Amino acid sequence: MSELAANLRVVKALGLRSIRQTFRRPQLMAPIVVFPTLLLAIQTGGAGSAVNLPGFPPVQSFLQFMLAGAMMQSLMLAGNSGGIALAVDIEMGFTDRLFAAPISRYTIVLGRLAGTGALGLFSALWFLAIGLVFGAQIEGGVPGALLAIALVTATAMAVGGIAAAIALRTGTASVVQGLFPLVLVVLFLSSAFFPVDLMIEPARTIAEYNPLSFVVEGVREPIVSGVDAADTGAALLAIAGIVALGLVLSARALRHRLKVG
Amino acid sequence: MDGAAAISVEGLERAFGDVLAVQGVDLAVGEGEIYGFLGPNGAGKTTTVRMLTTLLLPTGGRATVAGHDIVSEARQVRASIGVALQEAALDPLMTGRELIRLQATLQGLPGGEGRRRADDLLERVDLVGAADRRVGSYSGGMKRRLDLAAALVHEPRVLFLDEPTTGLDPVSRKTIWDEVRSLNDEGTTVFLTTQYLEEADQLADNVAIIDDGRIVAEGTPASLKADVGNPHVRLQLEEGSIARAEEVCAEIGRLLPPVDARTVLVEVEGGAADIPRVVRALDDAGIEVGSLELVHPSLDDVFVAKTGHHIRRDEDEADEQPVPA
Repeated sequence: MSELAANLRVVKALGLRSIRQTFRRPQLMAPIVVFPTLLLAIQTGGAGSAVNLPGFPPVQSFLQFMLAGAMMQSLMLAGNSGGIALAVDIEMGFTDRLFAAPISRYTIVLGRLAGTGALGLFSALWFLAIGLVFGAQIEGGVPGALLAIALVTATAMAVGGIAAAIALRTGTASVVQGLFPLVLVVLFLSSAFFPVDLMIEPARTIAEYNPLSFVVEGVREPIVSGVDAADTGAALLAIAGIVALGLVLSARALRHRLKVG
Repeated sequence: MDGAAAISVEGLERAFGDVLAVQGVDLAVGEGEIYGFLGPNGAGKTTTVRMLTTLLLPTGGRATVAGHDIVSEARQVRASIGVALQEAALDPLMTGRELIRLQATLQGLPGGEGRRRADDLLERVDLVGAADRRVGSYSGGMKRRLDLAAALVHEPRVLFLDEPTTGLDPVSRKTIWDEVRSLNDEGTTVFLTTQYLEEADQLADNVAIIDDGRIVAEGTPASLKADVGNPHVRLQLEEGSIARAEEVCAEIGRLLPPVDARTVLVEVEGGAADIPRVVRALDDAGIEVGSLELVHPSLDDVFVAKTGHHIRRDEDEADEQPVPA
């Protein structure tokens, strides 16, 4: 078996473990599915007439507009949960089992990210299904839906990379868990739940430059109007930036972990 | 360095900030040996094992395991060793079978072979009935057996067991001992850290005693005990009479550091022949003896002789119950 094939088998095995872990621990599932679904229901039920505000982008319904935001919230929390699970592994010594095996140590992070990506995929499918069931149209059709799913999955892995780096650096689940409010701040200071053009300063400027806003628009456009190359390109660039940051931080954190044991 | 050694260590050091946890450890473990690494909590045992298993970089010295340098050939070291660490590092949400299969994948075993090895090992450690239960529902002994099975999945040349029986009941401890002996009979080199004197005495071909990050003695259990010399008399007394008893005993033999507030230990050159002298002297001094026992040198005596203190604290002793024969 080639080294690459062996490493891919390890990534797959660790990814499957990560998914099982999430489904077997309901408290990890809740932030990924339950909370974003509840928030989606509350927001679309309570603020549905926001679509009539002057300057609100043309959409079929507020639910259609909000689907991208719900997916973003879900994937961000999936990434954070992946980081928490990795930190728990460090705390209970499970990562020692992985570090003591003759595998590339990057496969440990990649395995976790594969699991997080799968949860992102699940989240995208879940919210698209909810949207369709409650009458939201996917204007981009099947290609648009597939694009949204791919972007959400990739973003989940990218965000998971940063959470994994923090978990490796600190080795403490409570620290990664403490990022939860920060995740919400980053989300609300993006175009996830409200159009940037209708925000007031300084939130508007922050949201304009928030990389997450580019991802949100990349996911939203195929749903509310159709596939747009510029939005997709901007989303891919933003994801690439988050991935690069996650990789650099993870590599440094891995070295640190080995140094401190 | 000895080329034939399974583990060879020269001047190994590890500092954490200003604290030197391991200070220039030298040791050599032969192929097929059970090597006991004995010391109290905080002596540097686990830090040494973590360096030898490539989980922690040394800050000084060098070591080879299975012929590979632990720093420059870390991956080859990891392919040659099995590791069961102090806290059985098990995921409570996984089943026993899932864990061993995952370990087989980590060690690069193909799927079919990994499944076969998992079945064999679960049978070997008597966990077939619990194989599909989540590890969180296992007892402490079952977790240790599972951890041991996982460490064996790739048939390692060298097996590191870090305090494999700490916290286990005597029956579970004996099960682990039997398994360690059986593995060693099959040719596996075992590096075993322990704070249980009896464990090192019973299992190890050679023992190194570590205290405060330094090796203070090394040899076979028999040679180490022979070096200590004479047996000692262990006297259990009323608390108020300890000081007087020590004065009396000091005239007969050499007083050893006390293990608790009601015990006096006195080394006697004549062994059993000196017991009447001790009894008479205490009786003449009006000291009532609760119990008296002649104790031949143990590894604890070796430890006391080398470090000036006992290996374990009083509160830990309740944990060290005799293991059934």
